[in-house]
Amino acid sequence: MKFLLQPLTILTFLPLAGVLVLAFIDPGRKNVIRWIALVTSLVTFLVSLWVFSMFDSSNPDLQLEAKYPWIQVAGWNVYYYLAVDGLSILLVMLTAFLTPISILSTWSAVEDRVKDFMIFFLLLEVGMTGVFLAQDLFLFYIFWEFTLVPMYFLIGIWGGPRRVYAAIKFFLYTMAGSILMLVAIIFLGIKADTFNVPTMLVRLPDLYATGTIPASVQMLLFIAFAAAFAIKVPMWPLHSWLPDAHVEAPTAGSVILAGVLLKMGTYGFLRFNLPLFPDASVQAAPWIALLATIGIIYGAAVSYAQSDVKKLVAYSSVSHLGFVMLGLFALNPEGVAGAILQMVNHGLSTGALFLLVGMIYEQTHTREIKVYGGLWKITPIFGTIMLIASLSSMGLPGLNGFVGEFTILLGAFGSEAIGNPWYAGISALGVIMAAVYILYMFQKVFLGPAGEITHHHELKDLNWREIITAIPLVVFMFWIGLYPKPFFDILAPAVEKLLSALPL
Amino acid sequence: MTPPTFIDFYSLLPYIILTVWACIILLVDLFIPKGRKGITAVLAAIGIAVSLGYSITQTGIEASGFTDMISLDGFSTFANVLLLASGLFSIALSYGYTKRMGIERGEYYTLLLFSLTGMMLMAQASDLIIVFLALELLSIPLYVLSAISRKLQSEESGLKYFLLGAFASGFVVYGTALIFGATGSTNLSVIFSQAASVGTSNLLLTIGAALLLVGFGFKVAAVPFHMWTPDVYQGAPTSVTAFMAAGAKIAGFVALFRVFATAFPSVASNLTDILWALSALTMIVGNLIAISQTNIKRMLAYSAIAHAGYVLMAFVPYGNETVSATAVAAGLFYLAAYALSNFGSWAVVIALEKSEGRGLGIDDYAGLAKKYPALALCMTVFMLSLIGFPPTLGMVGKFYLFRSAIAGGFTGLALIGVITSLISAYYYLRVVVNMYMKEGDPDVEREPWLGLTTSVTAIATVVVSFVPQFLFLLAYTAVLR
Repeated sequence: MKFLLQPLTILTFLPLAGVLVLAFIDPGRKNVIRWIALVTSLVTFLVSLWVFSMFDSSNPDLQLEAKYPWIQVAGWNVYYYLAVDGLSILLVMLTAFLTPISILSTWSAVEDRVKDFMIFFLLLEVGMTGVFLAQDLFLFYIFWEFTLVPMYFLIGIWGGPRRVYAAIKFFLYTMAGSILMLVAIIFLGIKADTFNVPTMLVRLPDLYATGTIPASVQMLLFIAFAAAFAIKVPMWPLHSWLPDAHVEAPTAGSVILAGVLLKMGTYGFLRFNLPLFPDASVQAAPWIALLATIGIIYGAAVSYAQSDVKKLVAYSSVSHLGFVMLGLFALNPEGVAGAILQMVNHGLSTGALFLLVGMIYEQTHTREIKVYGGLWKITPIFGTIMLIASLSSMGLPGLNGFVGEFTILLGAFGSEAIGNPWYAGISALGVIMAAVYILYMFQKVFLGPAGEITHHHELKDLNWREIITAIPLVVFMFWIGLYPKPFFDILAPAVEKLLSALPL
Repeated sequence: MTPPTFIDFYSLLPYIILTVWACIILLVDLFIPKGRKGITAVLAAIGIAVSLGYSITQTGIEASGFTDMISLDGFSTFANVLLLASGLFSIALSYGYTKRMGIERGEYYTLLLFSLTGMMLMAQASDLIIVFLALELLSIPLYVLSAISRKLQSEESGLKYFLLGAFASGFVVYGTALIFGATGSTNLSVIFSQAASVGTSNLLLTIGAALLLVGFGFKVAAVPFHMWTPDVYQGAPTSVTAFMAAGAKIAGFVALFRVFATAFPSVASNLTDILWALSALTMIVGNLIAISQTNIKRMLAYSAIAHAGYVLMAFVPYGNETVSATAVAAGLFYLAAYALSNFGSWAVVIALEKSEGRGLGIDDYAGLAKKYPALALCMTVFMLSLIGFPPTLGMVGKFYLFRSAIAGGFTGLALIGVITSLISAYYYLRVVVNMYMKEGDPDVEREPWLGLTTSVTAIATVVVSFVPQFLFLLAYTAVLR
């Protein structure tokens, strides 16, 4: 039972305490339920700060390890193994940070079956945190798959009109990738005689060198893992579940989906594909860069064509995560560090955009761009925050998005692994295109004469709760935008260690 | 012929307890007035519980009895415990159901007990003659049980099961005869040593083994011997179906494991391809046809077929000495996981079932989560477990199965396994969609035993998945030598 007292165990499973309490509350007492969920997630956030305070950013290795034998039968060698390092700490913090914000955003948006909603939401937090902390492939797989279940219910019960279709599509799409990864995990586990990633990393070079795992098999394993992660990211052309899931999901679901769940995909590439399959990673880099570039341009072009604000933001994620993938597979310090920071940035800005779209949707029940107009005059606070989030999303200097995209492009231009500056050159167009579709949207909705909806509706500006929900995100947008050094300092040693193991 | 000694009887003790008890109940039941047959159910449950207790005390003991006709080892103990637990669950499911459906009769429980004894004998048999006797002892009461509700559908189900079952028994007898012809013995270990000396090229032996495979394939509902399954499962009273889907399947598989792993490793190279194809076909056909079902009993029947394919997958490399141990252990582990989720889901089906076959459509589950959240949650757990999704025992079990298949060098088969699991997610999720995302007004029978079965199996499915070590060790010590 000693493992229960480890900081990372507490961080991961604390939301379960909230679930347990909620299980015994009368479903009718909605406000009590909301407060319990909020307090649970806030305490979890405090624990994440405690974990952060113990984290030594100068150390590139895994830290705060909680490692206990779990299933030790006949070559299984499965450990309960949680640990954090520079690659994952920011994403762990992001998860703990976005969850209370999302819960706060549901205060008036979710009225139906509040208890179930909060239970699923807290379960989702357990799964996501576990994904970023697990260092044993068996454990990782459990957390990874488990996140599907609560998200499936969040979309399927509280979503829009086509929610059932979107939920099943989300579930099956993601599962389709995961099962290939499962086969690869089992294969690796048998060959390396362990599921424990750090031990595996020690044993794999020998297996590759002696030909026990030939290069072609390494590539297949890379592809199997990549299938699971690429669907989650989602990389073009595997993205088609995302717009459906986003449009149908309730606001809080969209925020978490864009903010954290998609990062599980890019994180998977970072944590598993690069170190486990170093040769295959280098070989695949140009191809991944190609897909990422197509994704950037495609996502941006399709965003421009959307008439629904939420769909626009959803497609912009395809474009933005293309940047993250491009940075990761630049396989140099700028690219990888920029990619990790951009994961956080995307979580903040797109999370904020979904949050704000949700707030206005709650009042008007429409997201059609053409029925809005002149919103800024009526709701100035909303307009201002929306402007900041939009500018952050399109990468305006001084805000977080710029720092991430700039570093990524810097990395991609000089990347040996990609070997062709054209990918970076074309991708840079994506930044301009982002400015086009976001400004277009902002202009139609907020400026100009009042539209159909804005004319007829008695629109209210943000209330205090909504402002409190959005402010923390804005603070971080400025912080990362103006002074990103502390964030890069956290990443740098771990990134350097990661890259030093690659054959470049 | 030496007279039987104490150890002979000791090795069969749980079996003997149950048989004697079943005979006693048969007599006692005559004095139990109509309408109070619940007492018979309780008596039957007590007998099973006592036998289960003895089975558990036999853990770790190895012996053979009656001139090597019967084995007692970790394998048989594991199977007996699993089978007896299935028997207990079946009685828990039957208690209220038979009353409600107007088929409450004392002989129901006696037949169930006799069938259970057949299953246990199947797990302990180390001679093909005993295997055949056990097979008939397990089957004949089941034929009667399927037809017990005297409705047209139920009678059809009993007849269909009987005709095809008798046909399958014929295969087993014929196979046994050929094997006797090839080796001069029906004893498994003698067959093993004889087979080693005649070599792999012995056609008679291979055909005999293949015929046995047909017989067992029928009992476990493997494609292409599965045709009876959906009709029989649908027509039989649901409590009987649950027993059939778990008990008969476990018994079929343990016999398959024991006979093939102890007698026929020498013909493994001839059978590997056949087993591979059987396993792949069973997974594919079972899962594909399940998609189009609208009746939950039929859907679960096809899902039961599919699961036979998964267990078979572990068994494909049985001739490979290094993996045969883990293969059998993985199969047993999965059977335990499957039995838990299986009983749980049938319990939910029984809770929703009305007379005259109403309440059995998948549509009838609409709105269940709003009205009966606990029941819907349990059903979700079972569905996730049957898909093989964490955090459930089904996921750990499938992981184990895939692992032994890949370790045996059958990565392609494992791929078919994971892809068909994905297909299965589609139809299992449809139940979840109905429960949580559709509006409806389902009506549920509230029976304490049913509720207990549902909650116990659901909790076990989740909790054991976090602490599976003991089950692993049990399955692993159950390895056949």
